[in-house]
Amino acid sequence: MLVEIQDVRKTYKGGGGQVLAVDGLSLSLEAGDFVAVQGPSGCGKSTLLLLAGGLLAPQSGSVQIAGENPYVLSADARSKFRAENIGFVFQQFHLVPYLSVLDNVLAPSIATGATGSEQRARELIDQFGLSHRLEHTPGELSSGERQRTALARALLNQPKVLLADEPTGNLDEENATEVLKHLREFASSGGAVLLVTHDAQAAAAADRVIHLRDGKLDTAVGT
Amino acid sequence: MSVWRLVLREMKHRKANFVLSLLSVTVAIGCLVGAQTLLRSDEIQTETILSDKQAEIETAITEREAAVTEAGKALEDSVRKDMLKLGFNVLIVPENQDLSELHLNGTLTETMPESYVDKLASSNIVTINHLLPSVTKRVNWSEKEIDVIVHGTRGEVPIKHRVGKKALLEAVPPGTMVVGYQVHSKLGLKVDDKVTLLGREFTVSTLHSERGSTDDVTIWIDLAEAQHLLEMDNVINAILALECGCTGDRISQIREEIAGILPGTNVIEKHSQALTRAESRAKAKVMAEDALAAEQQAGQEALTRETNSRAEIQNRRAGLVGILVPLVLIGCALWIGFLAFGNVRQRNSEIGILRAIGLSSNQVLAIFLIKAGLIGLIGGVVGTAAGVLIGIQFGGLAPSEETWQRIFETGAVLTTVVLAPLLAPAFSAIASWLPALMAARRDPALVLQAE
Repeated sequence: MLVEIQDVRKTYKGGGGQVLAVDGLSLSLEAGDFVAVQGPSGCGKSTLLLLAGGLLAPQSGSVQIAGENPYVLSADARSKFRAENIGFVFQQFHLVPYLSVLDNVLAPSIATGATGSEQRARELIDQFGLSHRLEHTPGELSSGERQRTALARALLNQPKVLLADEPTGNLDEENATEVLKHLREFASSGGAVLLVTHDAQAAAAADRVIHLRDGKLDTAVGT
Repeated sequence: MSVWRLVLREMKHRKANFVLSLLSVTVAIGCLVGAQTLLRSDEIQTETILSDKQAEIETAITEREAAVTEAGKALEDSVRKDMLKLGFNVLIVPENQDLSELHLNGTLTETMPESYVDKLASSNIVTINHLLPSVTKRVNWSEKEIDVIVHGTRGEVPIKHRVGKKALLEAVPPGTMVVGYQVHSKLGLKVDDKVTLLGREFTVSTLHSERGSTDDVTIWIDLAEAQHLLEMDNVINAILALECGCTGDRISQIREEIAGILPGTNVIEKHSQALTRAESRAKAKVMAEDALAAEQQAGQEALTRETNSRAEIQNRRAGLVGILVPLVLIGCALWIGFLAFGNVRQRNSEIGILRAIGLSSNQVLAIFLIKAGLIGLIGGVVGTAAGVLIGIQFGGLAPSEETWQRIFETGAVLTTVVLAPLLAPAFSAIASWLPALMAARRDPALVLQAE
């Protein structure tokens, strides 16, 4: 099991007291799984992604990624764990604005210090059709190119799990299809993809779709 | 990919932040180094001014010494020449005359024949030029109820083998009287007054001004009249010989010559004009030495005043620098911290994603501190160079090889110049420490949620 989330609960401090974001949620992803998460705004989709990404510790329940609970690790060890096991893709791309495409893709190698990263980065850039944009900065790229750069960055350290938060939200249909194709390929290569999306077309690309409502699985909606 | 590459790219990307931060470090280090250099420049200026002043004073003293020496030599030469021209005076008295009487009272008791003077005048004597026979006696001027010294003189007796020698002193004509200062001032005498002395009438012909000697209580009358009044007919007490000209041991030569002509006499040297000149010379020398000492003292005092004045100015400047430099350093540190804080805020999203993709908090901390260190290093080098140049410029020194040597010959500036570029990165990193720590501790989940 690559991702195993058991009965996790997460609350935030809000204006009127505690806000329950995730309430007793359980979820499992095996190698090759491509799971989409849907639900209305504020239902806990992004919180679930952060919990699964080792970025947000739950108040209760357990999170296992690649057989290890990242929340028992020290902060630095958990950072390294993320670098080696988890890839992130966001709707806003979150590319470093002053780095070239190559350097953005190579950024995770700062965390691992792995050798041979540049070769791997060039392969990914080539694979995502960005070779002609190698030295361009994000400001000089189209939205599709930015998201493909972000995807290449997420895949540099060959993670086991790919977490995508509305990756097609800012893309046209053609680019959205392209991105979803790459997510599918990652899952097919033995990884696990957890896709948070409002887009029904994007969700349709997944093997399985789960719906959240008020931080819980919405069993009323079929998958 | 490395943290260094990321830092350099970011610095290149956010030029304004980099330039402003660099400027702050440059100003801080420039101010520190500049202040040290300025103080040192001031010291050098002081050393130069004092050295010039010292040289000026020494030159003035040397010139004064030379002038004194020159004047002394000239005076000595002049006196020597005068002495050669003047000769000196001797008094010929009977051999048995007690000289202490002369020195104590200005009178003489023992006598010798008046013919001695004619004998001397008729001789071939060469060491004596002018002869004045005289009688001298202390008497009570009964008509005026006052004690006086009566001095009878007949004027100069010419030496016969010296034709045409002009007389130095005039004789007192018979029936006249020359009166000393104390006598005429006490008696209220005036020229042409008629007075009676020991029963004989005289007309006052001359009144002497004060001389400070027995002359002040003396009256001079004709020798023959004096001999008659004092009952000393045909005898005299002394012969005054003027302008005795000879070289070497003069008094011995004169004694020897006179002894051969007038046996039973004694020759003594009278206080002469040459002696007065010699005393004047000694006095002039003392005055010149006093003037020289005063010049040296005045010079030393001027030097001390200048030294104190410069020291006071330097102390004031050092005090000002002691306040200003820390203030500038603190101000620059705050400004660097403020810029770093702005940089952290600006890079909030970047920090979040870097943390999400696996960079540790220490690596994020390193990103900001390395940037601060690099800015500090560049700013330190530029600030040090600028500080030295500005310090020299404002210190009023011209850049030259000698200036550099003097600026760096003391440890303070050299130490500052060596340490400043090394400490500047630490200064910049410390100023950026808090914002960098905030960045490192930023929770990536919160950042990403906020985005």
